[in-house]
Order: sequence, then C-alpha cells, then structure tokens
Amino acid sequence: MATSTVSKPPRARTGKAGSTVFLKVLMAVTGFIFVLFVIAHMYGNLYKLFDGHLAFNEYSEHLRTIGEPMLPRHGFLTIMEVVLGVSVILHIYSAVQLWKRSKAARPQRYVVKKSVAQSFSSKWMRWGGVFLLLFLIWHLLQFTIIRFNVGSGGDNPSITHDPYELVVHSFNVWWVTLIYVVAMIALGMHLRHGIWSAAQTLGFTPTPRARVIANTIAIVVALVVAVGFVIPPLAIAFGGIK
Amino acid sequence: MKLTLKIWRQAGPDAAGQLVTYPVEGISEDMSFLEMLDVLNEELIGKGEEPVAFDSDCREGICGMCSLMINGQAHGPEVTTTCQLHMRSFSDGDVITIEPWRAEAFPLVRDLIVDRSAFDRVIQAGGYISVNTGAAVEANNIQVQKHKADRAFDAATCIGCGACVAACPNASGMLFLGAKITHLGELPQGQAERDSRVVKMLNQHDAEDFGGCQNLGECAAACPKGIPLDVINQLNRDFMKAKR
Repeated sequence: MATSTVSKPPRARTGKAGSTVFLKVLMAVTGFIFVLFVIAHMYGNLYKLFDGHLAFNEYSEHLRTIGEPMLPRHGFLTIMEVVLGVSVILHIYSAVQLWKRSKAARPQRYVVKKSVAQSFSSKWMRWGGVFLLLFLIWHLLQFTIIRFNVGSGGDNPSITHDPYELVVHSFNVWWVTLIYVVAMIALGMHLRHGIWSAAQTLGFTPTPRARVIANTIAIVVALVVAVGFVIPPLAIAFGGIK
Repeated sequence: MKLTLKIWRQAGPDAAGQLVTYPVEGISEDMSFLEMLDVLNEELIGKGEEPVAFDSDCREGICGMCSLMINGQAHGPEVTTTCQLHMRSFSDGDVITIEPWRAEAFPLVRDLIVDRSAFDRVIQAGGYISVNTGAAVEANNIQVQKHKADRAFDAATCIGCGACVAACPNASGMLFLGAKITHLGELPQGQAERDSRVVKMLNQHDAEDFGGCQNLGECAAACPKGIPLDVINQLNRDFMKAKR
C-alpha cells in the first residue's frame, strides 16, 4: 500500500537556556548539593544523638557558631540555608519543566506498555519527589520554623526550646516515627536513581564499567543515608534513647 | 499456531482509533512477525475489508523502516527488529497487542504507521560533516585510533527506527541523538563541527517535542542494534563542553 507522507516543516528552535540537557544539568548539580547535605545531616544526628542530651544540644549550638568570629552567629547556617533554598527551587523548577515536556511528548498513552530496564526507584522519581517536598515542609515546621511538640508534655518551652527533648518527645509518637520511616524510604529511592542519573547527566559514565560504578555508589549512598537517618527515630520509638 | 491479535486501527491522523481483535490461524512459527501480518492482510483483503497498514521495507533488519509496539515492547520481546522477530518467540493461543509508536514527535499516519521524519530534521540540523567535494580521498589518509573507530562504528549502527523513542516513558529521542553525536564526534572528520553540531541537533530534538532523558535505560534495552546508554553520556558531555 502506498502512503503519502507530508512532513512537517522544520520548527523554530527552542532557546538555549531551556534545552532538556540544560535543565537536567541544573537538576543534577542542585541534587548533588542535597546529597552532600543529607550525608552531613545524617552523620550529625547519628553521631550526636547517642551521646546524650548535653552532647546533642552542644552539637546543635555548635552549628550556630561555625565560622565565628569571621562569620556572625548563625552566619554559616544562613549561608547554607540560602544555598539549599535556591537549590531546592531550581531542582523543582527543572523537574516541573521536564515533567511537562514528557507529558506533552506522549499525549496518547499505550494500552499495553512493559518496562524492562528501569529500576523500581526510577519509577517513583517524580511523585516521590513531590512526597519528599511535603515531608521537607513538615520536617522544617516541626523542628526549625515553629518547633512544635505533638508528643507528651505539649508545647512546653522546656521541650520545644531544647533540641534533644523535642526530638525525643516527637519520636515517642508512633505516627511521627512512621512518617519519618516512610519518608526515608522515599529519600533512599530518590537518591538511588538520582545519584546515578546525575552521574550520567554530568558525563561521568562513558564506559560500561563507569556505569556499574555509578550505580553501585548510588545504591550504597542511598542505603547508608536512609538507614543512618532512621536509626535515631527507631531507637527513640523502641526505647533505646530516653 | 492460533493467535488472537489486538491491533490499533485508525483511518487517518485525525480519525478516532481503537484496538480491533482479529483471530488468526495456521501461523507457522518460522514466519516472521511481518509475514504473520501479511497472512492476516491476505484474509482481510479476501473478505473485502481494509488491510492493516504497517511499515516495512528491507525485511532484513537493516533499514529501520519496520516498527510496532508488540505487547508493550518496541519490536517485541526479542532484541531485534520486528521483521527479524519470528513467531517462535510466541506460543500457541497467545493474545498479542500491536500498537503504533506513540510520540508527539511521530504523528500517526494510519493504523500502525507513524511519520518519523522528525528524525530526518534532527539529522539535517547538524548530523553531517562538511567536506569539499572532488576526487575521492585515499581512505586511510587520516588515521583513526582503533577504539575510537570501533565506538564510532557501534554508534553508527543506529538505523533510526525510533524504538528508543517508543520505549522511553518520556518519548525522548536522546539515544538516537546520542548515537549520531558519538558516531561523528569520535572521528577526526567530525571535529570541526563538533560543538555546533550538538547544540543545533539538541535544539532541533527539543523543538520536535521529544521529551527529556531520565536515564532510565528503557531505550538501550529496546534498541535492536544494542546501542548502549553511554552515547547519551557522550551527548551530555559534548553539550556542556560546547556551552563552556
């Protein structure tokens, strides 16, 4: 059967800043900043919470005095908050742009579609990312911005103004611990695909061997971060830390 | 073999389409998938019905004309083209769903045929090298390192069938684009236009409404020529270098 195909004319080219690869590089670089941050955050929690009340609060105070006297009090944290804040905005911006393009790139979906290669984690990158954003807002309200205690003792200042007490009281509530465990599974999955994907986007995986290494690093970092983060809440919930 | 086929039928680009069920009998397992469709079409023509429109050309696995999403996999369950897929890969009594490639960049023409000329326009944007014409140059004048020649050749096996786009959840054309970038970028003749090539071709890729790459690997798994994911890594690398 002869079919005559009329080709569409060449279309106008998109702007330089908006190319899909540029957006992906933006996502990879900002994501890498988060990877460094969560490793440091996880280490701080794990290392100091088991050292007891005084050590944990000293660590919390230390974070506010890093860089003194070159920097004002809270100076280092403010710089970090700005960097992380800008990163989260750019990360979400590029994700939303790419998500929209993907939707537009396949307006009609398949009736039957098998996925044969992609990892379980990679299927949850977008909705998992949305969930992590909601979790991040909850987490910041709970421990930084408002500092509220949903556990026993209520909003007594002796709890909400004492980092160690606030953490311990919060994780004695079962559903708070559950939220954190689920969120850390989501974080682990996001890191597992995100680290590999960032390595590929930034051009670090030119050979099959490099791909294996990047995937291995992604899995190890994802596991270490997720497990490292859930140990303190679980230890508190099950009575290991009082 | 007896099979039940569910085939996407659509009279034209703007017509409504749907899956239509056709039972077929007497299929030999030594037939290719396209020969099996030929048998169906013979029957349909005999009954005075409109045959199923699908693309094919060389039927040797080298031209890239055949397509088809078979049970949710581009070119079906084997790593090969649909024309080289044989019915022995299926079992008697199977239900097989056959759909066209689905992408905004590949508008549907009819039934299982889509227009893949978006790929041609991506090539036109920069997938070439500029040389002065004249007497043919001695082939071995410019020496190429073996590993570079091999990598360029492996990338050059891309037949532009579009399976990567069809398999990608984002309908991205990055494996195709990366193959062209790697093919020309590894060779000495491709260096002069290397930076401008990647920028022009990527801009055309995006303008054609292909999606972005999520590094999922579905494309490389579906590629009948086994083009690896590292060509996308090369594309990203070249793009960043060109933009510096």
